[in-house]
Amino acid sequence: MTGPSGNGPFGGPGFTVPVLRLGDILLVTLQGELHDGMAEQLQQDITDRIAHTRVTGVVIDISGVDIVDSFLGRVLAEIAAGAGLLAARTVLAGMRPAVAITLVELGLTLPGLRTALDVERAMELLTAGERQAEGSP
Amino acid sequence: MRASRHAAPASLPIGSDADLAWVRQQVRQAAAELGFGLVQQTKLVTAASELARNTLVHGGGGHVEITPLDAGPSPGLRLAFVDAGPGIRDLDQAMTDGYTSGGGLGLGMSGAKRLVQEFEVDSRPGEGTRVTVTSWATVVPPTRPGS
Ligand SMILES: Nc1ncnc2c1ncn2[C@@H]1O[C@H](COP(=O)(O)OP(=O)(O)OP(=O)(O)O)[C@@H](O)[C@H]1O
Ligand SMILES: [Mg+2]
Repeated sequence: MTGPSGNGPFGGPGFTVPVLRLGDILLVTLQGELHDGMAEQLQQDITDRIAHTRVTGVVIDISGVDIVDSFLGRVLAEIAAGAGLLAARTVLAGMRPAVAITLVELGLTLPGLRTALDVERAMELLTAGERQAEGSP
Repeated sequence: MRASRHAAPASLPIGSDADLAWVRQQVRQAAAELGFGLVQQTKLVTAASELARNTLVHGGGGHVEITPLDAGPSPGLRLAFVDAGPGIRDLDQAMTDGYTSGGGLGLGMSGAKRLVQEFEVDSRPGEGTRVTVTSWATVVPPTRPGS
């Protein structure tokens, strides 16, 4: 009953989540409607992928996601927590302003999840972070 | 004068993950057609996603009635999530941030309430639950003529 693992595309039939490996970083691009089951599958697949490739960072691009509810929020937080246990850091990139406003009102502020305005800045954050754990310029 | 209410509410089933996605899309479309701004749309769709998931997970499935309200000064959208599940025994508890009977975050009910303008729960143990929410589009001043 388990979906694709390893290198196949993520998600259910007719739906894929592109995952790109850029050096030590895994770039995951979420777009459009993510069904609950797909989100859970994605969580498992990303964790497997981190374990196999030994990347040190994960960037999840959500600029194409038009809502984040408590379910998807929890999945994102769990992906980050799982990545953390495998020594990889996660940055959530490109959250839309309307989504951010809504999440605050919903009461889901995702503590422990690093964010960046876009993918480029997320990558910078991860590469900079490799040199110093918690540097404050 | 605008036309009065649309003829009948649309009713959509809530019985699977795919139905939740469809409900989100339909609510988004209805809100956009009524002139809801992007933030208002996002809040209402997020509230709908939470409540529809509760109907599915806690209520054992049901349906949502989507009613556009365009008779008043500002258009609105009313959504009623209906199931014939176990009902909610302690409503105050269910509405508390962080309370969950399952493995959730317990933010669905309390969070959805903050995201809409009107929120009403009618639930009887053993009979089912009906959660009705209404949001109104923010009134935007008309664009200047001749620009
Ligand atoms: N339609 C329903 N039928 C029966 N019980 C419900 C219904 N909706 C909510 N509840 C009860 O209210 C509680 C709180 O709901 P709420 O949506 O806030 O949290 P949750 O669904 O448990 O977690 P989350 O939504 O954060 O993932 C639920 O755990 C459940 O016990
Ligand atoms: Mg819920």
